[in-house]
Amino acid sequence: MPPLLEAKNATKVFGSGQQANVALDNFSMAVSGEAPSFTSIAGESGSGKTTLARLLLGFSQPSTGEILYRGKDLWKMSGGEWLQFRKDVQAIFQDQFEVFNPFYRIDHLLTTPIGKFHLAKSKGQARAQIEEALHAVGLRPEETLGRYPHQLSGGQRQRLTIARALLLHPRLIIADEPVSMVDASLRATILESLVKLHTEFGISFLYITHDLTTAYQISDNIIVLYRGSVAEVGDVDLVIKQPQHPYSRLLISSIPEPNVDHRWGEEQALPGTEVKLRSNHSCRFADRCPFVMPMCTESVPPLYRTDDSRAAACFLYKDAPSISGDDMDQVLSGKATAASGG
Amino acid sequence: MSDEILRVDDLKVYYHTPSGPVKAVDGVTFSLRPNERFGLVGESGSGKSTTALAIMRLIKPPGFIESGKVRLGEIRLSELSEDEIRKVRLAEIALVPQGAMNSLNPVMRIKDQILDGVRSHQNGSADRTIVERLPELLHTVGLQPNVLRLYPHELSGGMKQRVCIAIGISLSPKVIIADEPTSALDVVVQRQIMQTLGSVQERLGASVLLVGHDMGLMAQFVDRIGVMYGGRLVEVGPVRDMFKEPLHPYTQLLISSLPSLETKGVFRGIPGTPPSLLNPPSGCVFHPRCPKAFSRCSVDVPEIREVRPGRWVSCHLF
Repeated sequence: MPPLLEAKNATKVFGSGQQANVALDNFSMAVSGEAPSFTSIAGESGSGKTTLARLLLGFSQPSTGEILYRGKDLWKMSGGEWLQFRKDVQAIFQDQFEVFNPFYRIDHLLTTPIGKFHLAKSKGQARAQIEEALHAVGLRPEETLGRYPHQLSGGQRQRLTIARALLLHPRLIIADEPVSMVDASLRATILESLVKLHTEFGISFLYITHDLTTAYQISDNIIVLYRGSVAEVGDVDLVIKQPQHPYSRLLISSIPEPNVDHRWGEEQALPGTEVKLRSNHSCRFADRCPFVMPMCTESVPPLYRTDDSRAAACFLYKDAPSISGDDMDQVLSGKATAASGG
Repeated sequence: MSDEILRVDDLKVYYHTPSGPVKAVDGVTFSLRPNERFGLVGESGSGKSTTALAIMRLIKPPGFIESGKVRLGEIRLSELSEDEIRKVRLAEIALVPQGAMNSLNPVMRIKDQILDGVRSHQNGSADRTIVERLPELLHTVGLQPNVLRLYPHELSGGMKQRVCIAIGISLSPKVIIADEPTSALDVVVQRQIMQTLGSVQERLGASVLLVGHDMGLMAQFVDRIGVMYGGRLVEVGPVRDMFKEPLHPYTQLLISSLPSLETKGVFRGIPGTPPSLLNPPSGCVFHPRCPKAFSRCSVDVPEIREVRPGRWVSCHLF
């Protein structure tokens, strides 16, 4: 059975010539159609994570490579196939203010997909579906329906966007920074809802974020992106607790932990160069890497599989077997992967 | 009293709307010591940014400082005239505002933007000496002198923020207020900026008031923390004590809701919603969401009191 959603050697370039910016470089990954997975895609701004989200959701077309829904190229599908795609793959976005038209009551956000996808045959049935979705995200219909967006809190609005996604009974939800604009005290409960949807309804998640702490909290796997390429990938416990790629290490050591005993070390974090690397035949991190070697500026490091469930794209690990980007799934832990790990 | 460089006494800032006054800051009292890093932390709507703006006398109508006093050393900030406060701003107390890097003038070179602020204090005199000291100023914030000739769009987010810090410290103020100085920046750049701010503070012998919502950042940077909720200051104390043994129920819930890299899969949010500032709850502003609330809490507003040396709490449990 083909994967539910797959990126195959997807590259996205913005601009051209001297100004060309390779936002995402030859990226491949697959979300299984069988066993539910929870994967984080982590990176800073400029990493390509938002570009990837947009490609996977069909909001933007890859410059080269393909995005496949159940084996079909997104950009060659019929209208009927797109509708099915939109049911199976839903999204939650960062800015809960933008999602709502302030002139409509929030009911509008929920009744629109029911109408568009013909999910209900009667108003009563629609109402029942809406109430079920609201309960699933911890909202009370009597406290939310009939209100305008400004009458609800940020946390409530964000939960509504999740309820909206749920109405379609998706197989995969792509969540792009779903809690970064929500207050700290509400984040935990929203994240908990996402995990609940995963465990209770078997929905797969792609959680896109720059916040490694929340990524650690809720996902099984993580893909760390840097400047459009995969730096490190694998089991979230391994990558976060024992990072190998110098960029992952820098990233994780820079997290401001709410722990007075674990303060940032005295050593200065490496300054970023503000210059884009022109060469395509070099590790993207070479200009900032404290471990840089001559070979790093001569070719692009492949992914080296340093553990059963982890790989890092760094020449420091060149003695480990290398895997191609297409086979990244081998290190993503999941109930589906049996492969050669036994 | 003499050990305080900045003192805020019972500050109240209300925004007067057609529906009534929105009590953004409703009786806040705290002080800042010399060479100290103080973190004013709270979620959205807690009143922390309004407090920072009020200290700088930058509140605009329909917002007004209803009552309260602010003193910077011997200077009574809250009582100065417009002309007088303009002389004090930047020279004695500086603000690096939220989104500062987005407010750099896009058609002015960096050099001119820094000089802009400086000149308004020196009445245009002694230009040459100031210009000569600019490279040194940039060096203090980790920027190369060539940045002086550049325009804001030629700089990265981190560089622009450093420029804003440079403007803030250009006249060696005694107090630097930084309002969410790193919120749009990546964790790696954030760490660099905070380390820069720290070294700048030490070099100047200044105090820093860091306003923000990121408790992790506070843990890494500040000496003392003040927690704001619903326009009130609910707890103040040394950073270590606040994390190890928070006293106010809101602080306790807030800290336990923080995701960490230690334990996986434990989620503890604070149920309920932030209070309306137009119609705040009676008595203690936190009582509707407080797991330890009792009868008195919905009636009397708790005063902030020093319940242990250096530990201030505004709660009827104490």
